[in-house]
Amino acid sequence: MATVEGTPAKTDLYEKGKVHPDDLSSATVKDDVLFDIRDLEVYFPIQQGFFKSMVATEKKYVKAVDHVSFQVRQGEILALVGESGCGKTTTGRALLRLEDPTGGHILYKGLPVEKFATKTLRAYRKKAQIIFQDPYNSINPKQTIFDIVAEPLEVNNICSSEREKEERVVKAINEAGLRPATEYLYRYPHELSGGQRQRVCIAGATVLEPDVIVADEPVASLDVSIRNDILKLMVEEKEKLGVTYIFITHDLSLAWVISDRIAVMYLGRIVEIGETEEVVANPQHPYTKALISVIPVPDPLAKREHVILKGETPNPVDIPSGCRFHPRCPEAIEACKEIDPPDVHITGDHYAACIRIEK
Amino acid sequence: MSVAKTKAPEKKPAERVPHKGILEVRELTTYFKLGVGDVKAVQGVSFDLEPGESLGLAGESGCGKTTAALSILKLLPENGRIVSGDVLFEGRNLAKRTEYGMSRIRWKEISIIFQGAMNALNPVKETGKQIAEPIQLHEGLSEGKAMVRVKELYDLVGISQKRVMDFPHQLSGGMRQRAMIAMALACNPKLVIGDEPTTALDVMVQAQILELIERLRRELDLSFILISHDLSVMAETCDKGVIMYAGEVVESGTTADIFNKATHPYTRQLIKAFPNIHEKREMVSSIKGDPPNLVNPPAGCGFCPRCDVRIAICETEHPEMIEVEAGHFVRCVHAEKGV
Repeated sequence: MATVEGTPAKTDLYEKGKVHPDDLSSATVKDDVLFDIRDLEVYFPIQQGFFKSMVATEKKYVKAVDHVSFQVRQGEILALVGESGCGKTTTGRALLRLEDPTGGHILYKGLPVEKFATKTLRAYRKKAQIIFQDPYNSINPKQTIFDIVAEPLEVNNICSSEREKEERVVKAINEAGLRPATEYLYRYPHELSGGQRQRVCIAGATVLEPDVIVADEPVASLDVSIRNDILKLMVEEKEKLGVTYIFITHDLSLAWVISDRIAVMYLGRIVEIGETEEVVANPQHPYTKALISVIPVPDPLAKREHVILKGETPNPVDIPSGCRFHPRCPEAIEACKEIDPPDVHITGDHYAACIRIEK
Repeated sequence: MSVAKTKAPEKKPAERVPHKGILEVRELTTYFKLGVGDVKAVQGVSFDLEPGESLGLAGESGCGKTTAALSILKLLPENGRIVSGDVLFEGRNLAKRTEYGMSRIRWKEISIIFQGAMNALNPVKETGKQIAEPIQLHEGLSEGKAMVRVKELYDLVGISQKRVMDFPHQLSGGMRQRAMIAMALACNPKLVIGDEPTTALDVMVQAQILELIERLRRELDLSFILISHDLSVMAETCDKGVIMYAGEVVESGTTADIFNKATHPYTRQLIKAFPNIHEKREMVSSIKGDPPNLVNPPAGCGFCPRCDVRIAICETEHPEMIEVEAGHFVRCVHAEKGV
């Protein structure tokens, strides 16, 4: 949006009650809580035909994220784990305001992200970046690596000189593990392997020195060995640069390897959250227990009990009454059909939403 | 399937050769023709399979595991060819069979579950009718009669019979994979090859599909070849395993041999790359470097540049397969003959 210098931007007039960019730059992290998500709700309306929309009494929604509350701490890797359609990606996208929440609050350093004005949002995006799943489709094949990594700097008008820009790009590429960076600067994506492309994506995200990176299945399309390199890189960047990662994955074993805390999602709700080792060693929710039991392990002699759930995740349009997991739950009782379970505190940071947990 | 189009040549009694088990692959070598030269995708791969047994073919992408499996069925793309070696299926050498001869074997005796169920199914044809196709061709049944069998198959793989007339896009990912399994079982084959049958699926659906395959294997007494990049899946489902690297078998044996007595440095490093959630939490390791270019494979051991225990001889001399224990083979100069 181009504005003449000195005159207030048009949008400012329309965005009363929104968060001003200055508030964002002066905001600080309190008590290590980078994000405080309260009752987040992201519903997508279903397009209905003319006749149905006349007859239907209520509008239908895909309830992708249905009242989710959690916190993201500064400098941690928080893993959002769940099957496809559980709302983990939508949650991650909502944190960056790539989806507009239909309800609830996302507080970033205490400021409500859903009330960010356009300019604030632009400033916010310098601080919050995303890495996508498929490094083959998420970077422009016609740009050189330098252009890809430099683009965020150009868009945000960050560098005062070409030299500074080049320095920052080289630094980001080096940190992403493509060494020496100068060898890669003028190559094109098709000359790189899948792992190297994902490193370029990571360099593109870290070049802005963000506070938080949402990594949406960053290793799902990579080979094992390369996958582990990328995971290592994420841990390194967390430790060296203090980047907070929100690691979205369907693979609980990978979350277990690198994350500090795990949040297990099912059908738009977090069913269990806590310190990674605690959740994996001592799962409380029947869904988490089942998920952990079916993770294959590279040891043929380990005979383990598999809890294989029947059927598939229900349609997020018609969410089951009471506990949304009860139709598939091996431990369900009659009351589960009625009561929507509240979070039960287990120990420390460990919470699970199941009425059968004894306190 | 081109059965209807190919003309039947004169019948000759099939030659049978003495063989081990239901399938024996001997020194199979498959090349792909490219502009720069031949890509030596599979070089001298041997393994065998007893009736009712399950075998896992594992390795990183590009190691030749899928090519080896496609060579068994001679389903290679146009630029691929079997250069040498034998594929003995119940004594019949498939490597020397004609296209017509193969069309009698495919699906009737050996079938394959492809990786991406969405891409492997025809999007504009009802799923049930697609499954009926091989039954009609091989058993000469009408579509109506074949559909009766399809409904039985749907029961067998756990999809509701009501869904037979659904198009692939109406089924979920797990159901599509089940439909692919139903298709593979349509003509009661003896051997089923699963090419990464669970790769694109969620963990829970993966567990369901693996359990289904396991149950069907027991009930129908099938032999099964699982192609997977995921060693953990192989450890859980297979009796025997073959680890491939750069077109060659580097280690083979029972899964217990491979995972608990891994001898080849590549196997050892590959196993460490998979997290074991029941052990102490540690960072998974990765294997440095890249696999060699298969247009000009190195003279020595293919894994040598990435190996942590390499010695001078590894660079020049190609290691032989050594039997370290009965049935446990390793291609490494460090391996000591135990039998």
